[in-house]
Amino acid sequence: MVAALFSEGPVSEAVQIAPNWFVTHAWIVVLLPVISAVLTFFFGKRTPGRGAVYGIVMVGAAFLFSLAVLWHFIKGGALYAPEGIEWFTIGTLKLEIGMLVDGLTAIMLVVVTSVSLCVHVYSLGYMDGDSRFTWFYVVLSLFTAAMLTVIISNNLIQLLVGWEIMGVCSYLLIGHWWEEKENSNAAIKAFITTRIGDVPFMFGIIALIAVTGFTTTNIREIGEIIGLGVVSPLFVSMAAILLFGGTVGKSAQFPLHVWLPDAMAGPTPVSALIHAATMVAAGVYLIGRMFEVFVHAEAWVLTTVSIIAAITALGAALLAVVQNDIKRVLAYSTLSQLAYMIAGLSMGPEGVTAGFFHLFTHAFFKALLFLGAGSLIHAVHSNNMSDMGGLRKKMPITFWTMLFGSLALAGIFPLAGFWSKDELLVVANHTAHTWLFVVFLLTAVITAFYTARMVLLTFFGEYKGHAHPHESPPSMTAPLIFLAICTAGAGLLGAPQLNAVFGQWVFFEEIHEAVFVPWIAVLSTVGAVLGLLAGYALYKDRKAEDPLKGPLGPVWTTLENRYYIDAFYMRAIVYPVRDTWSAGVYWFNQNVLDAVVNGAAGLAKGLGAAVMWFDRNVIDGIVNGSGRTAGKTGNALKYLQTGNVQWYAVGLFVGVLALTIVFIRIV
Amino acid sequence: MIRLPLVLLFSAFLFSAGVYGVLARKNAIMVLMAIELMLNAVNVNLVAFSAWLGDLDGQVFALFVIAVAAAEVGIGLAIVILLFRTRESINVDEVNLLKW
Repeated sequence: MVAALFSEGPVSEAVQIAPNWFVTHAWIVVLLPVISAVLTFFFGKRTPGRGAVYGIVMVGAAFLFSLAVLWHFIKGGALYAPEGIEWFTIGTLKLEIGMLVDGLTAIMLVVVTSVSLCVHVYSLGYMDGDSRFTWFYVVLSLFTAAMLTVIISNNLIQLLVGWEIMGVCSYLLIGHWWEEKENSNAAIKAFITTRIGDVPFMFGIIALIAVTGFTTTNIREIGEIIGLGVVSPLFVSMAAILLFGGTVGKSAQFPLHVWLPDAMAGPTPVSALIHAATMVAAGVYLIGRMFEVFVHAEAWVLTTVSIIAAITALGAALLAVVQNDIKRVLAYSTLSQLAYMIAGLSMGPEGVTAGFFHLFTHAFFKALLFLGAGSLIHAVHSNNMSDMGGLRKKMPITFWTMLFGSLALAGIFPLAGFWSKDELLVVANHTAHTWLFVVFLLTAVITAFYTARMVLLTFFGEYKGHAHPHESPPSMTAPLIFLAICTAGAGLLGAPQLNAVFGQWVFFEEIHEAVFVPWIAVLSTVGAVLGLLAGYALYKDRKAEDPLKGPLGPVWTTLENRYYIDAFYMRAIVYPVRDTWSAGVYWFNQNVLDAVVNGAAGLAKGLGAAVMWFDRNVIDGIVNGSGRTAGKTGNALKYLQTGNVQWYAVGLFVGVLALTIVFIRIV
Repeated sequence: MIRLPLVLLFSAFLFSAGVYGVLARKNAIMVLMAIELMLNAVNVNLVAFSAWLGDLDGQVFALFVIAVAAAEVGIGLAIVILLFRTRESINVDEVNLLKW
């Protein structure tokens, strides 16, 4: 056993490798972006360059730190799961803050920090001159910290905290240009839609805590208890499906996928970081982290996961074909690829490595594609591919790097996408998920097709826009080049010919040997090439109208309307809620709740008036009366004070006489 | 030896004269002198009882009274002098500013 999600397995001598300083202090990776967010928030505007430097330096440091953590696992180190710090205790339930560092954590740390670093650098150019530049960097850093919290967390509550902070940051960044109503609507849509998934997720967490008898939220302890097999499988199944609800929301799977394409309203670097490479992958990560629960659930749970992922993979890939907005092409592609990963995980323990390997490679090439698309948008001032074309010569760096990313997405040897998709196909074949195998293959063909379409429409043919495009500044091209190198190299980590080292870092329970099956590799390559050729044939000559629009007819219209799912949600949920439920709630509020509140207020007012009368007339009467009486008495008696000393003396003698008489009488 | 009641009668007369002087006289000096009369009536009483009881305490006390009376007269006359300087009169009826 080298590094496992839940290590219970046989122990080999690899365990002997002691965790290095970086592994035992992995929490610093989370702390660095927090520091940067705080520094940028308080000092950003006064810093030269409007505060971007904090984020770049801190996230850069976090990236190097993550590499050092990964080094431990490259050498074959074991997982490191120290006792957490106790946060607080509710009854028997102990909440802690802690970390769980295994191969999966290390890989995710590297992915998040590297993409985040690229985006931090890239935004220097892309967001230059933006009125909320500093704020953008604050939220970017905060988001990075939240994502890292999710990754490193050893318990479900801490994970949920990071999860929700990510949601808020996503909301803030999608709505970064909130002056346009469309953008703020997209932000609200994203927030609410993911929240719908978060509700079952939260119930799932509570169910899992209940499994431990409300004693701990620790992921490994929950895994151990479920691994004992004493919990009823139905209960575990319900918990698993509830957890999967969180994944459906965050990773934008059918039927909650609608928010992700709209989230493209945010600045492009945000789309690259949050809505392609990291946050949406958190849902996949969640399944992987909680895989013990899924494994011990009844079979229908993973089948449900497979079906949802398959629907999303195919459906979203088809939608990507008809998009004109380049970011939407990539958004639907992201949906489809996320579904790939989830489908991979749904195939069982063997699929975990393959699914996460696809997450790993996808993060790089999709971030690359998004940042490339941002570079194009920056140049032509439009998201629409109908305003692009012929940009190959004008923007050579963007062209070559994006071509790299596109071929990786299409799955062409030897780029990243080829290896990860191939591994998924091998696992599907090996575990006899034939129908998933077909879905994977079909999706791969469609993916290659829309990728070719995207590249041809933007870089080839005649320029159709009105701006004067030129290559982007180095701050934007440098991340592109870096990501292109990663895209080329990342796939090799999982190449069976090169030992498939990735599989030794990320696996469930035991290492699954990556196998190279020649006929599958050939089949997937042929599929990809066919897709690319079809795309080339249709789009090599640019026409005013899309060549597929005529032949496809109503199918095209359906796709353009996103299967009418958004419209259905609007009619079935949003409008009724807005017009009927809201009106009802408003009426109830105005007439019932307000009546209670107003009644209580009226009662209080009446009581107040009575008390006031009592105070004014009785209490004040006593107080004033005593004062007035004293005054009047004094006024009457003051005339005794005549000023004549002899009169006083008379009084004195009379008094003495009187007392004398009294005393004599008494005695 | 003179009989005690006679002496007491004498002192009562003396005291009554003093009271009359204090209450009825308008001249401040006369009032002061009347106070002296009252004090001395007390002294007579003290000495008389001292002799009657064969105890010296009363006489010692009489000496104290004489000393205090001297001091009192000193202050009283000083007040009278200041009164005269400001008001050109020592009529106690006219000294009535301190009233309602």
